[in-house]
Amino acid sequence: MTKPSLRRSNHLLSDPKQQIKILASGAFSSGALPTFSETLNKQDVTLKTDTLDILQVNLGYMCNQTCAHCHVDAGPDRKEIMSPETIDQVIDAIDRFLPNTLDLTGGAPEMNPEFKRLVSAAVKRSVDDIIVRSNLTILESNDHFKSYPQFFKENGLHVVSSLPHYSMKTTDRQRGKGVFSKSINALRRLNALGYGRVKNLKLDLVYNPSGAFLPGSEKELEADFKRKLKTDFDIDFNRLFCITNLPISRFLEYLQASENYEEYMEVLVAAFNPATLSGLMCRNTLSVGYDGKIYDCDFNQMLQMPVSGKKQHLIDLQRGDYSGRKIVVHQHCYGCTAGSGSSCQGSIS
Amino acid sequence: MSDNYYNSKDLKNFKNISDWSKPLGDRFFEYYSKVFEEGALSAREKSLIALAVSHVVKCPYCIDAYTKDGLQRGVTEEEMMEAVHAGAAIESGATLVHAVQMMNKHKKLSH
Repeated sequence: MTKPSLRRSNHLLSDPKQQIKILASGAFSSGALPTFSETLNKQDVTLKTDTLDILQVNLGYMCNQTCAHCHVDAGPDRKEIMSPETIDQVIDAIDRFLPNTLDLTGGAPEMNPEFKRLVSAAVKRSVDDIIVRSNLTILESNDHFKSYPQFFKENGLHVVSSLPHYSMKTTDRQRGKGVFSKSINALRRLNALGYGRVKNLKLDLVYNPSGAFLPGSEKELEADFKRKLKTDFDIDFNRLFCITNLPISRFLEYLQASENYEEYMEVLVAAFNPATLSGLMCRNTLSVGYDGKIYDCDFNQMLQMPVSGKKQHLIDLQRGDYSGRKIVVHQHCYGCTAGSGSSCQGSIS
Repeated sequence: MSDNYYNSKDLKNFKNISDWSKPLGDRFFEYYSKVFEEGALSAREKSLIALAVSHVVKCPYCIDAYTKDGLQRGVTEEEMMEAVHAGAAIESGATLVHAVQMMNKHKKLSH
């Protein structure tokens, strides 16, 4: 039985306003910890967008899994999905912005019936890097989705998949019972098609910590993942991206319920690394919600913190509008600046 | 002052030992960080050794620190527990091997 989302459970934290309220209070309102804006001011930095390289599109919050730390609060009971009309607007935006990367995420992006049409349109427009963030288990769920790896290959998609650990116990605890075995099966099928083994068929994995701690060295974890997955399952992949859990949505709920919130925020603030600021993904990414609204990143999208300025929908934005816009920040941003930094492409520095 | 002998927040102030003796404190922390760098043993292996020793010397600060360090390195629960057992086996073996001394003394004094 899949767990319900926070939204379905009517949990207080399913409301982004409540999440922001928590992030604004406690040690940050008392002055015990500096807010993220105060930290930027101390560094004499104003975060602004540079040039648009990555168009990251959330195709909907529907997912076949309900992972413990999902920042989207995705799951089978979420019905928000990008409409065909908004898909058309994304295709128009590709023509306007000519991004180097189209990053398709969700939920499970494959579950949007328009997924293949959008991919085909992006291929036709010669987008360099078309990423599908696949949870892997969707590729094992039924005959329809079992055909998707072949479609990925035919269109040269770059597959980026979550796998929190090379042990079944840790992965299933975070992502649900049976997820590890299905993920291994999907990885084997992707390998058989050449993914992770043949040039131009890139298969990257995403690691995020299974609890209230920061990820270790990306290089060392990648070496361990490669050794263990090869030895135990004959699986190959290209890179391991280490992503820090940001204190929003289900992870925020976990931090509060386990009484780890305050210490986790202290750790994030103490680990602030100014060297990460120049490589933050919000500086070259535009995040598009399932309804076409635009954000500085996927996390801001989930907190419903739109971009600054009046143009807050994809159809309003022209290429020249992107650069130099002040990025909207809050305390969750400490997650991207801690230690080696964190982005959808892993560590920053 | 805390009512307890140990306070988990004290770990954050460990560096303060240098306040009363900077040369010795600085040298200790320099040595400490050097020890745990990658070498003939990996940093991951050293972390597991440190976890085992933390239990043997019964240091709650070290147990917290190296459990967290292990999690960050992707060390599994099984690996952590096996490391602690290795430490415990040496500790209990060190006790038991003294039984030979007991037996020798017993033999010598008994008729």
